[in-house]
This record gives sequence, C-alpha cells and structure tokens, in this order.
Amino acid sequence: MTHGSTHAHEAHRTSMGVDSRKMAFWAFIGSECLLFGSLIATYLVYKGRSLVGPYPHEILNIPFTSFSTFDLLMSSLAMVLALAAVQRGDMKRGKLWLLITALLGLVFLGGQFWEFSHFVHEGLGLTTNLFGSTFYVLTGTHGAHVTVGVIWLLTLWIQALRGKLGPGNALTVEITGLYWHFVDVVWIVIFTVVYLIQ
Amino acid sequence: MKRWLTTTDHKRIGLLYFWTAFGFFLIGGLEALIIRAQLVRPDGGLGVSAETFNQLFTMHGTTMVFLALMPLSAAFFNFIIPLQIGARDVAFPRLNAFSYWVFLLGGLFLNASFIAGPLFGADRLSVAPDAGWFGYANLTSRQFSPGPNVDFWLLGLQILGIASLAAGFNFVVTILNMRAPGMRMLRLPVFTWMTLVTQFLVITAFPVITVALVLLMFDRFFGTHFFLPSGGGDPILWQHLFWMFGHPEVYILILPAMGIVSEVLPTFSKKPLFGYTVVVYSGVVIAFLGWSVWSHHMFSTGLGPIADSVFAGTTMLIAIPTGVKIFNWIATLWGGQIRFTTSLLFAVGFIAMFIIGGLSGVTHASAPSDLQQTDTYYVVAHIHYVLFGGTILGLFAGIYYWWPKMTGRLLSESLGKVHFWLTLIGMNLAFFPMHFSGLLGMPRRIYTYSADLGVARFNQLSTVGAFLIGIATLIFFWNLLRTRWRPANAPANPWDGATLEWAIPSPPPVYNFTVIPTVTSRLPLWQTERHPPMTPLPDRPPAPIHVPGGSWWPMITAFGLPIIAIGALAHLIPIVLAGAGVVIVGIYRWAYEPFEM
Ligand code: HEM
Ligand SMILES: [Cu+2]
Repeated sequence: MTHGSTHAHEAHRTSMGVDSRKMAFWAFIGSECLLFGSLIATYLVYKGRSLVGPYPHEILNIPFTSFSTFDLLMSSLAMVLALAAVQRGDMKRGKLWLLITALLGLVFLGGQFWEFSHFVHEGLGLTTNLFGSTFYVLTGTHGAHVTVGVIWLLTLWIQALRGKLGPGNALTVEITGLYWHFVDVVWIVIFTVVYLIQ
Repeated sequence: MKRWLTTTDHKRIGLLYFWTAFGFFLIGGLEALIIRAQLVRPDGGLGVSAETFNQLFTMHGTTMVFLALMPLSAAFFNFIIPLQIGARDVAFPRLNAFSYWVFLLGGLFLNASFIAGPLFGADRLSVAPDAGWFGYANLTSRQFSPGPNVDFWLLGLQILGIASLAAGFNFVVTILNMRAPGMRMLRLPVFTWMTLVTQFLVITAFPVITVALVLLMFDRFFGTHFFLPSGGGDPILWQHLFWMFGHPEVYILILPAMGIVSEVLPTFSKKPLFGYTVVVYSGVVIAFLGWSVWSHHMFSTGLGPIADSVFAGTTMLIAIPTGVKIFNWIATLWGGQIRFTTSLLFAVGFIAMFIIGGLSGVTHASAPSDLQQTDTYYVVAHIHYVLFGGTILGLFAGIYYWWPKMTGRLLSESLGKVHFWLTLIGMNLAFFPMHFSGLLGMPRRIYTYSADLGVARFNQLSTVGAFLIGIATLIFFWNLLRTRWRPANAPANPWDGATLEWAIPSPPPVYNFTVIPTVTSRLPLWQTERHPPMTPLPDRPPAPIHVPGGSWWPMITAFGLPIIAIGALAHLIPIVLAGAGVVIVGIYRWAYEPFEM
C-alpha cells in the first residue's frame, strides 16, 4: 500500500485529477456501505423476533459502549492530526499520532472483547437467539474491520520508525485515514441502531 | 511459463480469462447435455439419480453464471477496455492478475467437488453443490444437506466474489481515470460505458450476496438460525438477500453483451450508433432500476398485494429502457451498408433472441400470471433466451469481432457461419419448446416426468436442440484452435472499426500505443461530419516506453483463499490459519515489492 508508484503512468496524469488509489478506495468504501447495510438490515429485520432471552434491553450497557464510541471518535481525531503532521513533514508528531490512533483502536477492541465475554457470561451466546446471532455477526464484522485498521496503522508506524514513511507518503496516510474514518462512521450507525434505539 | 504466471499485462490476463472461462463453459455445457439426455423421455432417459441430477443442474447454473459468462465478459474488459480508452494498462495491474488467479482457483475449488467424494467417505459425484444456483434456504440447512455439498458452494462463491469485487474496483478506476487526453465520458465507446455500469453493479451487488453467504456459513458451521425457522429465523430473508444481488447480477451478465453489440452493429453497417447518448443513459437507467425489482423472483412467497403491485410495476418499467436500446440497434442497421460477417450475424441474432426473452420476462412481470409460470420450464425458457440468446450470442459476436485484435489471427468466416446457424437453430429448438412444457405444468429441477403430462415431445425437441448447440460449440472450438497454427494474418483494422483499439497493430505490442493518442471525436478512426480521422500513430515509440515487470505475489496471495476454504471444509483450523497466513504475507510482499509502472 505504501509503495508510491503503483498508480497511473504517463507522469501520473489521471483523467479525473484524483489519484487512482484514492479513487479505488472510495469505490471500496461504497461497496463496504452495502456490506454493512445488509448486515444492519438483517439486524433490524430480526429485531424483537428472538424466541428466548436475553433480550437487548436486559443486556446492553449503554454507558460502557458510549465510552467505546467516544474512544473511537477520539481515534479519528488522532488520525486527522497524524495526517496533518505527515503532510507538514513533521514526522515526529506524525509517528506519535499514528501510534495514538492505533492504541485508541486497540482500546476499542479491548472494550469489545470485554463486552463479548461479559455477554457470553450473562448467557448470550452466538446461537442463543436471533439477537445474539445478529448482534455478534454485525459488531464482530465491524470489529474485524477495526482490527485490520489497527494492523495497518501499526504497519505505517513501524515504517515511520524505520524512516521509510515520509511526507512523500502522505497519500498513503490519507487513504489509511479514509478507511479509519469510515470504520468510525459505521460504528456510529451501529451504536445508534443497536444500542440507542432499542 | 513464468511470464504467464507472473504477468500483469492486461492483454495476457485477458487471454487467460478467455481460455479459462471457455474451459468452464465447456464443462457447464457438458452438464447441460447430461441433463437434457436424462430428460429426453419420460421416466428418465439416462438413469441419472435424483441426487446426481440436483448436482448437475446446480453446477450447470453456477458454472455458467459465475465461471463462464461473467469471466468471458471479463476477458473483453481486460483485453479491450485499456485499448478503447487509450491506456497502456489498467489502473492496478497486479490487482488485475490477482482477480484472475482468484477466479481460476475459485472455479477449480467449486468443480473439485465433483471428485472430492471419497475424501468425505462418500462416492464420487455425490458431494457437489445440489441446492440450485440460488441456494434457497432450508434446502441449504445442515439438517437437509448434512454433507459438504453446500459448503463447497458457499465457500466457492465467496472466493469468486473477491475476484469480482477486485476487478470491479480496478475497472471503475481504469475507465474513470486512465482515459487518453480528449476521451471525455461521452466519447467513450459504448462497450466501455456498459462495462463501467456493470462494474458499478458488481461493487454494489456482490457485498449483498457476500453477507448472505456469510450468514449461511454461520448457520451451517456455527449453529446460528439466520435462515432456520426452528430458531425464529426466516428462510425468506435468504431470498431477499439473494435476489437483491441476483437481479443486478442478471444485468451484470447482459450489459457487457449489450455493449459488444453496440460496437459490432455500427462497424458492420458503416454508420455511427443511432442515439449514442440514449443508449448510454438507458444503460445507466437499467442499472438503477435493476436494484428495485428483486422481489419479482418472489411473487409466490406471498408478499402481499401492495408489494406484488410495486414490484410488478418496477419490473415492467425496466422493459422500457431495454426496449429503447433495441430500437436504437435496429435504427443503426437501418439504411446502413451492412456486411454480413459472422460477428454481425451474432449481433443480429442477439437482438432477435433477446426480444423473445424480454417478452417472456414481461409476461412474468405480472404477479398473477407469474404464479402460473414460476418454477416451471417457462422460466427456464426465459432465462435461456436472455442468457443464451442474449449474453452468449453477444459474447460470440464479440469473439469474432475482437479475436483478430487479441491474437493477430482472423477466425474462419465459413466455419463461423456454420457455427452461427447451428447455434441459432439449436437454441430455438432447445428453448422454445420449454415455453410449452412449462405452461403445461412441467416443473423446473425435476429428474423425471410422467408421460401423462403430455410434454414428452417438447422435451425431445429440447434435447435435440441442446445437442445441436453442443455440435456448434465444438465447431467453434475448432475454429478457435486452428488459428493457433496459422500465421498471423490480421491487419490492424480488419473490419474498418472506428474505435481506438483498431488504431494499433493486431496483436498489440506490450505497451499498446507508441504514443498516447489525443481523441477529438467519438469515432476517432472514421471521417465524420465534423471530424477527420485521427492521424495514424507512429510505428515505433519515439521514446523508450517502460513496461512493468511481472509479480508473483498476486498469484501467491490468491492461493491463500482456497487454502482457507479447504480448511473450513475439513473443519481444520490450522489449515484455515495457514491460508490466512499466506494471504497476509502475500499482501505485505505485494505492497512492499518494487513494482515500477
Ligand atoms: C424485459 C426485461 C426482463 C423482465 C421483465 C424480466 C422478468 C423476470 C421475472 C419476473 C422473473 C421471475 C420469474 C419466476 O421465477 O417466476 C425472471 C427470472 C429470471 N430472469 Fe428475467 N426479466 C427480464 C430480463 C432479464 C435479463 C436481461 C436477464 C439476464 C440476462 C434475465 C435473467 C433472468 C434469470 C436468470 C431468471 C431466473 C432466476 C431463477 O429463478 O433461476 N432476465 N425475469
Ligand atoms: Cu430479476
């Protein structure tokens, strides 16, 4: 991903004036919208149709998840700062903010891990009821996306530590940011649909 | 050998797609012939068991849709699109190679199910997918399908989905971003336009089936109840998700063929396409409406009168932009100096057959009449008029048209004409009687029928027609093969075509264009009212052109996916992890290898 020369040739001229990798990423995000859209639709279709408990209102912990949501929002902010730093050529801060973004992502994943094990403990397994199945598959898919994002961010951070990521790779960081913000926005939707509107 | 395994050249990848897809087309055709031989008379002509029959029609449909028609279109996307837009390659050459290898491996994985029986303690020919190409829920549950059959299907389709999605992103960006100077959107050849629309459908429709397949996988592997009534799940949800993908999918199958026909007709009638913008925009409208009609596959599930009416309405609406295109094609031929080449014959055949298929489509757009037709051979007649009469005839038109560009060798026109007429007669003999057997009440997907139904004669005709198509296909195969031993004889522009691919030698040099052309009209090689033809490109590049080297990593990364699938099939987590490891290492090496464009 960080390799700078996989895109258009002919002196990098592109017809739309947008870098090809960035455009591909927007297309990818469009596609991901339908992926999450289908999962959220499935969740909504099966809402209130579980045959046995635990039911959502008995188990969802809004304050805790609000904290996770806040954490993820802050990670987006850190991502913005990371990109701004890299674009300025301030690799010292860039490195720092990349690491902070990744760590905030890890905190979110830790929270999800804790939430899942707590739910299982409370008797909500993957196969317990439709709520359990739709909940775990939806939030789990999102968690998998966060995991990929964290690995990606850490890869960039390590590259930066080794001096292989500089202002010339700002576009790579920008695309990473696009992905990260997208995953964040998806979480806001999931948080609203699953937790807030019960 | 190494050059082919590591290639990132869109032209080579196009040829790989072509031959692989053609191979799968022959396999799918063989399955169809066994099906037809079995149905030649009441009570079974071949003694095929119900279990085997289920596998044959499931694999026939799955193979034709995902392994033959889509990748045959992809062969043209790969070979022709960069040439038509005046580019040296696609936007992401290695991603393109990756798509191909994933497609190949996914196809092999699916077909391996035919011989994998003994590995599961079963007979050969007993573990191939057997729940229909649309895998309706409940048939696919562990309870009713305990073997690995459906696992092969759902894992194979997920692999193939990755190939399609990767190609989708690649071609959207290629077409939007890699156009030669002056190649404005409304100067793009119609084939390129229809490809763009198709790829938008791919990247929006495939995620939906991916979700459906993942949920099915959870039901089968982990015991959830997404589609199982026993746990409160709803089998109808599967149908919604499947057809929300499935209807856009049928447009993914037909739009490229419509694009091909829109290239072939103007060339061979020496007239610009009639109403270019209308043809383009109606393609876009078809794609949009294609998202709003999925429940016409579900009238018999009892959606209620409101939903039935809405979906009947949108379905009839979609016939309008389709009809518009047909009028444009006919008007293109009208008054032209027509040359009856094989390619043109196939394009005209496409129009005629597609009209029949569209008309039967409109007859089941109306819910009450569909209730008489659904799940009968009438629907089989419809889908074969649109997919064989439409997509396949369109693809044949494209093969005769572009083969000289792709290989430097012209196909034999006389063999081509035999191929065309045999195919046309064969397909009408095979599929027209199905309208009658269907209306008389013969259900789809049955391995025998009773003589009392009165459909024996129709079935006999269908079988004869199917074998005629089989003979025609062998003649075509021979026509393709014999060009391999012939000297390159195709001029740069054998048909006097107007688009950029004809401005360069056949076959094109690795770098395609000695200099990137500047485009000033929709028909750059033709004298039009306002524009003179483009000045010929120099024979030699004025400056050396850098051509990217190959890469192993796309293929290696692709190999990880079937390994994951095999691990899942065998319920062996270490193998799944090993496959994931291959993918991860492959992606990292790919991302960090020096690859100069
Ligand atoms: C005028 C345009 C069309 C209309 C109004 C139309 C309408 C329909 C309807 C209502 C059905 C459901 C029939 C049933 O199962 O009872 C159907 C099935 C089908 N159509 Fe079309 N169709 C049209 C064009 C096409 C095209 C262009 C293609 C593909 C190239 C296509 C491919 C299919 C397939 C594959 C099925 C069967 C799916 C299955 O059950 O296996 N149709 N069509
Ligand atoms: Cu449909």
